Amino acid sequence: MGNDTGNGGERGSPVGRRVFLGLIGLGVVGVATGAAVQGWLERTVAPIVGRDPTGLLSLLPIGRFRIYTVTGGLPERSRADYRLRVRGLVDEPLDLSFAELTSMPVTRVTRDFQCVTGWRVPSVQWAGVRLRDVLDRAGVQSDANAVRFVSFDGAYTESLTLEQARRDDMLVAYDLEGEPLSSDHGGPARLYVAPMYGYKSCKWLGEIELTARVEPGYWEQRGYDVDAWVGRSNGRDDSAT
Amino acid sequence: MTGASLHPPETEADLERFDRVERTVHWATAALFFTVMFTGAALYAGPISALVGRRELVRTVHVVAGLGLPVPLVVGILGRWGANLRADLGRINRWILDDRVWLRRRTRDRARLGKFNAGQKLNATFLGAAIVLMLGTGIIMKWFEPFPLPWRTGATFVHDWVALGVWIAVIGHVAFAMRDPEALASMQRGRISARWARTKRPRWYEETTGNPAERLKTPR
Repeated sequence: MGNDTGNGGERGSPVGRRVFLGLIGLGVVGVATGAAVQGWLERTVAPIVGRDPTGLLSLLPIGRFRIYTVTGGLPERSRADYRLRVRGLVDEPLDLSFAELTSMPVTRVTRDFQCVTGWRVPSVQWAGVRLRDVLDRAGVQSDANAVRFVSFDGAYTESLTLEQARRDDMLVAYDLEGEPLSSDHGGPARLYVAPMYGYKSCKWLGEIELTARVEPGYWEQRGYDVDAWVGRSNGRDDSAT
Repeated sequence: MTGASLHPPETEADLERFDRVERTVHWATAALFFTVMFTGAALYAGPISALVGRRELVRTVHVVAGLGLPVPLVVGILGRWGANLRADLGRINRWILDDRVWLRRRTRDRARLGKFNAGQKLNATFLGAAIVLMLGTGIIMKWFEPFPLPWRTGATFVHDWVALGVWIAVIGHVAFAMRDPEALASMQRGRISARWARTKRPRWYEETTGNPAERLKTPR
């Protein structure tokens, strides 16, 4: 085997193996502690990324949206084909077109967007209709205590208590950063739950149902908290949004 | 290939640098790396996502290529045909003093290298570790249900940052290959001139041919 060294017989030390195992070890530590490290990066580095005039730093995995879907693809629907149905414990079920939705009073909210998997996007501008206004238009009956949301492909569900749903910072959002909400961000319209982790903000919102009690949504059936206040749930300590 | 030392250097036979198995493994791995890198970029960067579309297809390609990424290397290493590949991995593992000398730009010219320089060793080691890390974290991201929920966050974190490292390493690797067309050609055809080996990898030249590398005064 002496000739296998490639170094003219000099054997050398197994630095390659040490580096390899060291990198694997770092990766394991990263999986275990990544939640905390990412939080720290979002707090300290994201503001610098935002001010970088070259835009190169924006390639870093900090302060940016990730697109998650629970199905393989993106549900695509044009604004012309879009419908938002409101049903369940209401006086008058609704079937709103996109034009009917946008004819309602506009509300703008600018907040950080925090995902439970660690990433945070600073100062995101949303525009849409207050969820409360949609609920009032249908007329909520007195035995309703909760609101259930379903994406228009039927794959994703979410829920809020009626009290939460009536807050000022709960939107049916259709604009993001001054642009029409794109399909990958949940367009034509999505729920936007400002004070909670991103999974509460049901994308591709197709149906709102008033119910007697909270029914845990897609992620809540898989272990995430139902009351998903940013910084006060899911064992995380992010600053509130 | 065994020392035809009577001939002048111009007619000295080429040396085999990479055999067919190694070249096949290299290019199959390269094709899979490019596939996961570009589909990964399309999944990750908003503007590219919008440009490419077909997210479902892109994600499927990314996952399938990612699962396939270790296959050429594993088949090459485990097979009876992989003796040269295994020997080269041993060479990449082992560092001699000249590798450290080469790493320092100031003393680089003094290094008498074996078959691989320290940059090649680091690149191969990092990309090898990256294959393992990206496979592990990718599996946690895609099939998260059996794992604790915070692992999903940690796996996302590691997958993102290692991806950035892979992009840097691969761009660097390709740039260095472009600067040495003869070395690049030998990854396509397998053989390389004795002159290249003698001047750039003297220890490997001596070991392969049995001739001393510095018997003639040659420009470095």
